[in-house]
Amino acid sequence: MSCLETIQDYALRSIGIGERLLPKGDYTLCEHFTLIGSGMIWNIYFGVMALGFGFFFAVALAVGKASNNRWIRKPAEWFIFIFRGSPLFIQFFFAYFLFLSLKQVHPVFDPFTAAWLGALIVLFMNTAAYSGEIFYGALRSIPKGDNEAADAYGLTGWMRFRRIQFPTMMRLAWPAYTNEAIFLFHATTLVFFSAFPAWRQKGDALYYASYFADKTFNPFIPYPILAFYFILLTLVIVGLFGLVNKRLNRHLPQERRSKMRFRPNIIR
Amino acid sequence: MKKLILGTAALALTAGMAFADTVRMGTEGAYAPWNFVNDAGEIDGFERELGDELCKRAGLTCEWVKNDWDSIIPNLVSGNYDTIIAGMSITDERDEVIDFTQPYTPPDPSAYVALSADVDLEGGVVTAQANTIQAAFIAEKGWTLVEFATPEETVAAVRNGEADAVLADKSFLDTVVGDGLVMLERMEAIGGGVGMGLRESDGELRGKFDAAIQSMKDDGSLNELIAKWEVSSQW
Amino acid sequence: MFSYCTDPSQLEGLTWLSCYLTTGKHAGLYVSVFTVLLLLAVTAPTALVFGFAGASAARSRIAPLRWLGKSYTAIVRGVPDIAFFLFFVIALDQGFEWLRHQVKCPDWTDPIRQGNDFVVCDAAKLPLSTAPQWIHESYAFVLAVLTFAIVFGAFAANVLYGGMRAVPRAQLETAEAYGMTPRQTFWRILVPQMWIYALPGLSNLWMVLIKATPLLFLLGIEDIVYWARELGGTKNAKFTDYPHGDWRIWYFLFLLVFYLAFTRVSEIVLERLTVRLSRGQATAAGEKLRKEVQA
Repeated sequence: MSCLETIQDYALRSIGIGERLLPKGDYTLCEHFTLIGSGMIWNIYFGVMALGFGFFFAVALAVGKASNNRWIRKPAEWFIFIFRGSPLFIQFFFAYFLFLSLKQVHPVFDPFTAAWLGALIVLFMNTAAYSGEIFYGALRSIPKGDNEAADAYGLTGWMRFRRIQFPTMMRLAWPAYTNEAIFLFHATTLVFFSAFPAWRQKGDALYYASYFADKTFNPFIPYPILAFYFILLTLVIVGLFGLVNKRLNRHLPQERRSKMRFRPNIIR
Repeated sequence: MKKLILGTAALALTAGMAFADTVRMGTEGAYAPWNFVNDAGEIDGFERELGDELCKRAGLTCEWVKNDWDSIIPNLVSGNYDTIIAGMSITDERDEVIDFTQPYTPPDPSAYVALSADVDLEGGVVTAQANTIQAAFIAEKGWTLVEFATPEETVAAVRNGEADAVLADKSFLDTVVGDGLVMLERMEAIGGGVGMGLRESDGELRGKFDAAIQSMKDDGSLNELIAKWEVSSQW
Repeated sequence: MFSYCTDPSQLEGLTWLSCYLTTGKHAGLYVSVFTVLLLLAVTAPTALVFGFAGASAARSRIAPLRWLGKSYTAIVRGVPDIAFFLFFVIALDQGFEWLRHQVKCPDWTDPIRQGNDFVVCDAAKLPLSTAPQWIHESYAFVLAVLTFAIVFGAFAANVLYGGMRAVPRAQLETAEAYGMTPRQTFWRILVPQMWIYALPGLSNLWMVLIKATPLLFLLGIEDIVYWARELGGTKNAKFTDYPHGDWRIWYFLFLLVFYLAFTRVSEIVLERLTVRLSRGQATAAGEKLRKEVQA
C-alpha cells in the first residue's frame, strides 16, 4: 500500500472518516505519521475550543477577583485556587466520575462522559482559572496614570473597562497568556490518557502514538513523531499569538513594545 | 585479566539467564481470579499459586512484580522482569515479539456481560480492555468499541451505562455477574490458551517452565488449581 | 490491624471503616503518599542542579556549550511532558545498561538488540536480576527522579537564566572595576544575587512540580493515582473481606483535597521565603523592608 493510500485511509481516522480498522502488522513510518497526525485533530479541537471559550470566562474571573464586593471576589478566588491548586490529571479523573454520577440522576448529563464535551469542560475551566490569574495580575499592574486619565475624561463603568483597562490588561498579559496557550495544547494529551475512554478507537495523537508503541513494542519511533508534531504546533501558536501581540502594541514607540518571548514556565 | 576470565566463565555458564536462579514474575494484579491484590496488599489468585508451584518444581526462586497491562510486554522485553504470568492468551501477534510456554489453561470462550440479556451487540456499545484480544475482536467486527485501561473500568462502564456490554474472559466475568449484571448466552471462541510469556532469547528458562507445567498437567495438580479458582475448563 | 477486625462482615459504620482503612492494601496508598513527598524532596534540588548547569551553559562564551544549553531547554519545553515520561525511562534504563555492558563485558559477541529483545550481559544488568525487590524499586525511583529532573531542569534553567540576566548590570561592572575575573564575578556577585530574581519563577515551578507528580505512574511507580484507582474500584465479596461498590469518586476527592492542601501550604511557605530573601536587596520589596525596620 502506497503512502498516498494510507493518507487517504487514515488522515481523518480520528474523527471516524476513512478505514475503520487500524493498521495491523508491519507498521510503516507513513502509517505512524498519518495516524498520529490524524489524532492531532483532537488536540487542536480541545485546545482551540477551550481557549476560545475560556478567554471570556478568564476576563470575567480576573475582574471578579479584582472586585471590591466580597460576594463576587471570594467565589472568583476560590475557583481560581481550586483549578490552579490541583493537578489537571486528577481533575480529569474526578470530573469523569462526577459526570458518571450525575448521569444516574438525569439523562441530560449523558453526553458529559464523552471526551468531546466532558474533557472540554474541564480544560475550559482549567484554562479559565490559569488565564484569569494572569489577567488579574495584569489588571493590577495597569499604570496608575491610565486610570486617572479615564477619570479625567469622565469614563466610568463599562466604557472605562472596555476603552482603557481591557486593552492595557491584554497588552500586559499577552506574553504570559501565550505560554498558557502553549501549555494548554500540551495538556490536551492527557484527555484520553486519564479517565475519558476512547470510542471506536477515535483518539488524540498520544492515543495513537501509544497504540503504535503497544503494537510494535518500540517507543522510540511513535513518541518522537508525537514530539515533532507538537513542536510544529508550538511554533504555529507562537506565530499566531505574535501577530496579535504586534497589534496590541502597535500604538507604542518601538523600544517600549513588549517583546514576545517564548518562555513557558507553567505546566500542569 | 582475571576479570576477563571471570566474565567469560560466567557468560559460558549462563548464556542469557541470571547467575542465581531468581526469576522475576511480572503480573497485572487486577484480573481476579487470575491475579489480584488481596486485602493484605499482596498478589494473590490462581496465577500466584500456579507460579509459586511452578517455581518450586523448576527449582527457581521467584519474585513477584506488578506492572500495568499496557506496558507489560515492553517491560519484559527490556528486561525489567523475566516472565509474564498475567492471564495472557497466546496469539500470533504477541508470539512474534515474545515467546510463550505451553498453555496452562485450555482455550476458553470469551463471554459478554450486560445489564439485560436482550442487549443488541451490533447496534450497541461494547467495551473491552485496551490491547486485548477482545478489543481487537470487537474492532474487527465493526461494532462500537470503547476501551478502558483496566478490566475493572470496563465492568464499571457497563454498570453505569457507558457501555451496553463488556467482552472479556468468561472466568473473569463470572466473578462480576449478579447485582443486576447478567451473562449473555453468546460466547466467542477467540484466542488460544493462556501461557507464560518470556523473552525470545530466554530459551532455557522457557524449557524449565514448560517442563514444570507438563509435570503439573501430568499429576493432575493443575486441574485441581483450575477447579479451585474457577478460571477455565480443565485439561 | 485492630483486634476486632477478624470478621469485617459483622462490623458496621465507623468500626468497619477503621478496619477497612487499615488493611495492608491501604498501607500501599499511605506509603505512596510518602513516595510522592520523597520524590519532590529529591527532585527539586536535582532539577535545580540541572537547571543551573543548563543556565550556565546557555550563558557560556563557548559557542557549542551555549547551543547545548539553549537547545536542551528549547526541546524539552516544546514537547508535552507525558511524551517524555512515556519513553524516557526505558531509554535511560537501556542507555545505562548499554554503557555498563561496554565496560563490563567487552568480549561479548552477540548483538545487543536481538529482534525486539534488548540483551546485555548479566553483569551489566541494572539492577542485577539477583538483587532483592527493594533495590529494583529504588532503581525505578531513581530513574523517575532523573526523568523528572531532566524535564524540570529545563524549566529551571529557563528561570535561572532569566534571574541571571535580571541582576543589575552595574553590579557586574563594579565587580569588573574591582579587578575580579569573570569566574569570580559569576560566583561572588552574580550567583548570590540572582536568587531573589529567580524566586517567583522557581516558586511557580515548584507548584508545577507538585502538580506533575500524578504522572509518576507512567514511570512504573505505584503512586497515589494507581492506588486510588485500585482501591476505589468495585470490590467483589469473593476476593476481599471488605466488598464495596464503585468508590473511585471518593478516593479522587481525597487526592484533590490532598493536592489543594499541599499547594496552599507551599504558597504560604514560599511567600515567607520571598520576604526573607528580599532583605538587603536593591528591589522594591527590599526597600520596603528597610523602611519598616527604620520606622
